[in-house]
Amino acid sequence: MNGGDEVVTAPAGPPQPLDWKFSQVFGERTAGEEVQEVDIISAIEFDKTGDHLATGDRGGRVVLFERTDTKDHDALRRDLERMDHPINRHPEFRYKTEFQSHEPEFDYLKSLEIEEKINKIRWCQTANGALFLLSTNDKTIKFWKVQEKKVKKISEMNLDPPKAVGNGCVASSSNSNSPTPGLANGGSPDNDFSFPPGGLPSLRLPVVTSQETNLVARCRRVYAHAHDYHINSISNNSDGETFISADDLRINLWNLEISNQSFNIVDVKPANMEDLTEVITSAEFHPTHCNMLAYSSSKGSIRLIDLRQSALCDSHAKLFEEPEAPGSRSFFTEIIASISDIKFAKDGRYMLSRDYMTLKLWDINMDSGPVSTFQVHEYLRPKLCDLYENDSIFDKFECCLSGDGLRVATGSYSNLFRVFGCAPGSTEATTLEASKNPVRRQVQMPSRPSRSLSSITRVVRRGAETSGVDANGNSFDFTTKLLHLAWHPTENSIACAAANSLYMYYA
Amino acid sequence: MAMIDEPLYPIAVLIDELKNEDIQLRLNSIRKLSTIARALGEERTRKELIPFLSENNDDDDEVLLAMAEELGVFIPYVGGVEHANVLLPPLETLCIVEETCVRDKAVESLCRIGAQMREQDLVEFFIPLLKRLAAGEWFTARVSSCGLFHIAYPSAPEALKTELRTLYGQLCQDDMPMVRRSAATNLGKFAATVEAPHLKVDIMSMFDDLTQDDQDSVRLLAVEGCAALGKLLEPQDCVAHILPVIVNFSQDKSWRVRYMVANQLYELCEAVGPEPTRSDLVPAYVRLLRDNEAEVRIAAAGKVTKFCRILNSELAIQNILPCVKELSTDSSQHVRSALASVIMGMAPILGKDATIEQLLPIFLSLLKDEFPDVRLNIISKLDQVNQVIGIDLLSQSLLPAIVELAEDRHWRVRLAIIEYIPLLASQLGVGFFDDKLGALCMQWLKDKVYSIRDAAANNVKRLTEEFGPDWAMQHIVPQVLDMINNPHYLYRMTILHAVSLLAPVMGKDITCSKLLPVVINASKDSVPNIKFNVAKVLQSLIPIVDQSVVEKTIRPCLVELSEDPDVDVRYFATQALQSSDQQMMMSS
Repeated sequence: MNGGDEVVTAPAGPPQPLDWKFSQVFGERTAGEEVQEVDIISAIEFDKTGDHLATGDRGGRVVLFERTDTKDHDALRRDLERMDHPINRHPEFRYKTEFQSHEPEFDYLKSLEIEEKINKIRWCQTANGALFLLSTNDKTIKFWKVQEKKVKKISEMNLDPPKAVGNGCVASSSNSNSPTPGLANGGSPDNDFSFPPGGLPSLRLPVVTSQETNLVARCRRVYAHAHDYHINSISNNSDGETFISADDLRINLWNLEISNQSFNIVDVKPANMEDLTEVITSAEFHPTHCNMLAYSSSKGSIRLIDLRQSALCDSHAKLFEEPEAPGSRSFFTEIIASISDIKFAKDGRYMLSRDYMTLKLWDINMDSGPVSTFQVHEYLRPKLCDLYENDSIFDKFECCLSGDGLRVATGSYSNLFRVFGCAPGSTEATTLEASKNPVRRQVQMPSRPSRSLSSITRVVRRGAETSGVDANGNSFDFTTKLLHLAWHPTENSIACAAANSLYMYYA
Repeated sequence: MAMIDEPLYPIAVLIDELKNEDIQLRLNSIRKLSTIARALGEERTRKELIPFLSENNDDDDEVLLAMAEELGVFIPYVGGVEHANVLLPPLETLCIVEETCVRDKAVESLCRIGAQMREQDLVEFFIPLLKRLAAGEWFTARVSSCGLFHIAYPSAPEALKTELRTLYGQLCQDDMPMVRRSAATNLGKFAATVEAPHLKVDIMSMFDDLTQDDQDSVRLLAVEGCAALGKLLEPQDCVAHILPVIVNFSQDKSWRVRYMVANQLYELCEAVGPEPTRSDLVPAYVRLLRDNEAEVRIAAAGKVTKFCRILNSELAIQNILPCVKELSTDSSQHVRSALASVIMGMAPILGKDATIEQLLPIFLSLLKDEFPDVRLNIISKLDQVNQVIGIDLLSQSLLPAIVELAEDRHWRVRLAIIEYIPLLASQLGVGFFDDKLGALCMQWLKDKVYSIRDAAANNVKRLTEEFGPDWAMQHIVPQVLDMINNPHYLYRMTILHAVSLLAPVMGKDITCSKLLPVVINASKDSVPNIKFNVAKVLQSLIPIVDQSVVEKTIRPCLVELSEDPDVDVRYFATQALQSSDQQMMMSS
C-alpha cells in the first residue's frame, strides 16, 4: 500500500509558528444572551475549493457562507486566481443562504424520537454553477442542490393581462387550482385542432422580463432506512459517484444517484450483542485512492480497509494501534482511548485521529504506532473522575489538518482550540480562544513546550509537561466546549464553532 | 392582449402555462410542445419558440427532462431536416445541467437529431457543438460530449476526424473520473465508426489508458468495452490486444473488476475464436469460478450455461464441469442459488449420457439444499431437463423437495413454489400429480397467509386450464366446494374467490349445476363480509350463465341481499343488480 509516495518537501527548518488573528464572527452572542439549544452549531465543513463553508446546527438547519475576498464575480474568478494576491488578503466570508435540512421525526415502529440535529455535512462536486452537499442527522442522509434561479416576472400573456407582474400569472391561476391542467375544459388540442400552415399569428409566447436571481435549495435525494444505529460519519469517494455512511456498527456504501439501495461493506455487529466490545466512531475515504477507507473505533484503533479485496470488508488491510503502556491501565483507559474523529491529510499519506486526551498523527505506511502524539488534555488526567460523573469524558472533539499538512488543530473546553505544528522539528503549539481576541488566554497556557529528547521512540510528545498551569482547574468551563472546527483547504484559516457562534481566524 | 378567439383558448392557456408557477402545468405544456409548435407555425417555432426554450434552462429538472425528450422528435415542427440545426442550442444547454438523467436524455435527443441531419449541417453546426462541450468548463459538459462522437465522426472531413480522435483521447485522460467513465462507456460506440487503421492505433491506445486507470469505476467500464471492441477487430488483432487485457482483468486486484469480467467473458469467446478460447479464456473463466470473492463466483456461476454453449461439450465436461461440482457445494448460498438458476440449461449442451452421469447428481444435491432459493431455482427450470433425460430420474428426489418447500415456514417460499405448480403438473403429468400434489393444492387454500390463499385459488384455476374441466370435476371441484363449510370465514371467502376464478374455465353448465348453488347458499352466511363477497361473485357469474338462470336464481338472491341490514352488503348487492340491468339492456 503506497498512500502517496511523495514526501512532504520540508523547508530547511521547521516553519515559523503562525500568528493567529481574528477574522470574522457570525452569530456572536451578546453578553448575557442565552443560547437556544437549536442554534448550537453541530457541524462545519469547507468545500474543496475553500470558496464555500457550510455549518449545520441542532435545529436541523444548514447555513452556507461564501467567500467574498477572491470571487467578486464568477466570471473573473479565474483571472483573479492567476493574479498575485496582496499579502494581507485572507479568506473572508459572507452569509449566502440557509435551509431546513432535517425535521424532528418519530419512528413509530421503534418508538424512537429522531432528532433533527445535523451530525455531518460533506460537500460534493460542484457542477454547472450549482452547489451540492450531503447532510445527515442520526438516521437519514440528504443530498442538497443549491442553485441560483431566475425570479420569473412574466408579461405578454395570451389571456388576461397580468395585473400584478411578478406574483404569478393571473391568467392561469384559475386553472392551477384543479389538479388536471387547464386543458381539461377545452379538450385536447391535439385532436380538436387543425392549424393553418403558417401558424396562428395572434398567439404569443410569454416574455420573461426580470433577470434577478435568488438562491434555491432543493433536496434531490433522501438516503434513508439503512442505519439501525446513529450515523456518525459520511464521506465522499474520490470517484465522485459514491459515498459511505457509518453508524456504530456498520458502514454502508451508496451511489449518489441511487437512494433506494446501499451496500453494507463493514459490519462489526456480533451475533450476540452481549459480546459487543467495540463500536465504529468515525469513517473516512482516502482522498485519492477510491478503494481505501479508514474507520476508527471506540478502543482507539484505526482500521484501513481495501474495497478491492472483498465485497464485505470485515477483515481490515491494516490496523493502526498504539501499544498500551504497561501498568498504566485504569478504569478510564478504554474510555479516553476512544477515537472521536479521524481525518486524512490532503496527500493521503497521513491520518490524524483525536481521542479524549490527545491528537495523533499516523503514517499509513507505519502501523506500529503514531508518528507524533500531541497532548491536548493531559492536564485533565487528575480530574477524569469528575469528567466521567458529568459525562464530559464522552465529548466528541473533532480534529483537522491544514491544507499543506504542516499543522493540525483540535478543540477543547472553555471555547479553546489548539494548533500544533507537525512538520519535523516543529515545536509549535498554540492555544487560542474562540473570541474576538483569540490570544487573550495564551498566557495561561503552555506555548513553548519542551521537546522529548528520546531518540528511541519517534513519537514526539509536546505540550504535556506544563499541566500545572491550570492547577485548580476552575477556569475550565466544561459547558463551553469547542467540538467542531475546520481548516481551510488551501490557506491558513480556521473556522470553529463556539455554541451558536461561528468564529474565523487567519494567520 | 386578451383578444383570443374562443376556439384558441385551450392552446393559449397551454402557451401561457409554459411559465406557470405550478410545475405540473409547466410539465403538461412542455409535453404538448408539438401542439404549441404547430399552432405557432414552423417559422415562429424556429424564431421564437426554440430561443424561448433555450432561455428556459433553469427550470426544474422534471421540466428539463421532458423538454430534452420532446426536442428529440422536433424536426418536423421546425420545418424538416434542413432546419434541424436550430434545435441544437437548447439541447446544448441541457447537456450541461447538473442532473444526470436530463443530460443523458439531451444527449440521446442530440444523437437522434444528428442522425438525421445533412452532412454539411453536421460539419457546420453539430461538430462545433461537440467541440464546445468537450472543452467545457464544467465536467457535466465534457461527460455529455463523449456520447456524441459516434454521430459526428462519420461525416467529418479527414482533418476534423483526426481532431476528434485527439479530443476523445483527451477525454479519456480527463481529471474528473466522471468524464473518464463516460469516455469508457462510449468508447465501443465511437470505435465502431472509426476506420480500421485508426482503430488499431488511436482507439487501442485510449483503451489501454482506460484499462490502466487508477479508479476502479473506470476500469470496470473499460471491461464492458472489451467485448464491443473485440467484435470490431480482426480475430488476430483481438487476440493480440484484447485477450491479454481481459486475462489481466480476470486477475485484477479489485473484485468488482473481476466481477465484470465474469459477467462479460463469454461474449469475448466468439471474437477471439476457438483456439485462444481454449488456451486462455477457459483457464481465466475457471479461475473466476474459483475466485475468493463470493460475488465473483456468483457472477461466474450465473454464466456457466452461456459459456458452455460456446464451447464444445468435451471441453465443457473436461474443464467446466469439475468447477460446477465444486460450486454446487459452495459455502455461499447465493453462489449455489445462481448456479441452480442456470445449471438445468447445461443438460441440452452435454447431451443425455453426460447429463445422467455428471449433472444428475448435482441436480439431486441442489434439490436437497438447505437454502430454499436453490431448490426453487432447480424446480423452476425443470422443463429443460425433462426434454433431455425425462423426468423419471428426478421425480424420486423431486417430490420430497416440493413437499418441503410447500410447507416452508417462510410464506414467500411457499408462494414461489405455488407459482411453479402448473409447470410441474405439465411436466410430471396427471398421474403423478393426482397422487402426490393434489392434496398440497388443497392445503394451500387453508394457509394462514392471505397471499398464499390468493395464489392457491389462482393455482386451482391454472390447473383446471392445464388438465381440463373433466379432470377438475373429479379432482378439484368437489374438494374445493367442501371447504365452503369451514368454520373460519376467511377460508370460506377464499373458496368464493376460487369459485369466481373457476367459473369461466369450467363453462356454464358446471357453473350452474355445481358452483352457483354453493354461492347462493353462502348468501345466508352470518358474516357480512361473506355476503358482500357473494354479491361480487354473483356479479362476475352473470356474463357466464344463461339469462334465465340470472332471472330465476341470481337476481332474487341479490334482491334479498340488497335489503340486508349491513350497509356494505346492500352496496355491493345494488352494484351487482345494476350491472345485471345493464347486461340485460345490452343483450336485448
